[in-house]
Amino acid sequence: MIRAESLSKHYGPIRAVDGISFTIEPGEIVGLLGPNGAGKTTTMRMCAGYLAPTSGSVKVHGFDLLTETIAAQKTFGYLPEGAPLWGEMTPRAFLDFIADVRALEGERRAERIGKVVALLQLESVLDQRIETLSKGFRRRVGLAQAILHDPPVLLLDEPTDGLDPNQKHEVRELIRGMSSDKIVVISTHILEEVEAVCSRAIIIAAGRIVADDSPGALAAQSDSRRLDRVFRRITTGEPG
Amino acid sequence: MMGHVWTIARRELRAYFATPVAYVFIVIFVALSGVFTFYLGNFFEREQADLTPFFGFHPWLHLVLAPAVSMRLWAEDRQSGSVELLMTLPIAAWQAVLGKFLAAWCFIAVALALTFPTWITVNYLGEPDNGVIIAAYCGSVLMAGAYLAIGACISAACRSQVVAFVTTVVVCFGFLLAGFPLVLDAFAGWAPEVLVDTIASLGFLTHFNAISKGVLDARDILYFLLVIAAFLYANAIVLDLGRGN
Repeated sequence: MIRAESLSKHYGPIRAVDGISFTIEPGEIVGLLGPNGAGKTTTMRMCAGYLAPTSGSVKVHGFDLLTETIAAQKTFGYLPEGAPLWGEMTPRAFLDFIADVRALEGERRAERIGKVVALLQLESVLDQRIETLSKGFRRRVGLAQAILHDPPVLLLDEPTDGLDPNQKHEVRELIRGMSSDKIVVISTHILEEVEAVCSRAIIIAAGRIVADDSPGALAAQSDSRRLDRVFRRITTGEPG
Repeated sequence: MMGHVWTIARRELRAYFATPVAYVFIVIFVALSGVFTFYLGNFFEREQADLTPFFGFHPWLHLVLAPAVSMRLWAEDRQSGSVELLMTLPIAAWQAVLGKFLAAWCFIAVALALTFPTWITVNYLGEPDNGVIIAAYCGSVLMAGAYLAIGACISAACRSQVVAFVTTVVVCFGFLLAGFPLVLDAFAGWAPEVLVDTIASLGFLTHFNAISKGVLDARDILYFLLVIAAFLYANAIVLDLGRGN
């Protein structure tokens, strides 16, 4: 379970995230939606323990990200925005490093590495330097890293950014195929993605939650039953 | 607990050797130490079987080259964004700090070890006191460690490796100079002896010279270890401040 309570992040006078609260239960695939600059990435970073909130708290599996950072971080896999990696490593060395950090050993280690390599189709590039890989492959290496230890919680910041339509489809299949007792949170500004994979959409604008419902119920607020109309109306105030 | 430290250290050390930069660096290090010893240090003209001219230049050699090794430690990760990945893995900040530092330290130690031909030369030509030489090598490694710890801390505060390099050289120069006659003479005439002694005791050179003469005083060793510990602690604090922004 992820529980955020009046989570805020201020940079001087700028309120990047301004008192948001939500609870996410196992089995939910949540889309964190919002225009660019709405506070999605800042929220994800606080959930991952990379940024400390100005006020409020966030807990993953009961562990507070500020005070029990390591225990919390063991429970999730995280894909940071832009999927930053170490360019001089090969995917094989990189996944080995992550397996070390995640304390995967023996048979399970080999099994998990084999599984994510197959799942994300990385065989052909395993021994190439990451810096020489295409954007799509890099994103997939980043995703492989996030799911390597089969975490109960997955935090993915714009997981399909930079992928071609086929790759997008595959990543969405991957997320949909996650077992039903997991929590997946994806931040995105691609509405079709939310409709395709998410069971719940949390829309953020100017650091606040402005809508929190299933994508279907949100779309139903518009006469045309289109999520993009609803999104525009909610985040800009224009009639949808 | 130390497991993660080694995991990080191994990754960082491989990162050094992943590009030709590491090899270029080692060649320059070894070549410069040779040039300093044999030309500027008048190794042959002195007709003494010791490595005083060799080690005499190490404070200056490390002053330029250690910051070049430490500058990428955090600045590179901050620039590329991979620091976010590193800090969201279940690794404590101190483990990452220590791991990165140890990798840089090992790297310098390897470069230093590759100056062994000089040591063989002096043994071939005469009968030096090898105990003194070993002590001086220890001193050189310790001093390099202190430079690297300062550099790691500054690198954590920088996004640009160039800024990290220049800042580190300046700060390290200050530490080096603190025990230098140039500075001490300016104080010696009027300042109380306690102050002069304190400034002198903060200088890398004073401690390094003591060790390189073969006097392995626990206080000199402790001094360098304390400088390393203090700056690694500061490094962790800098990272934690980063979380707040």
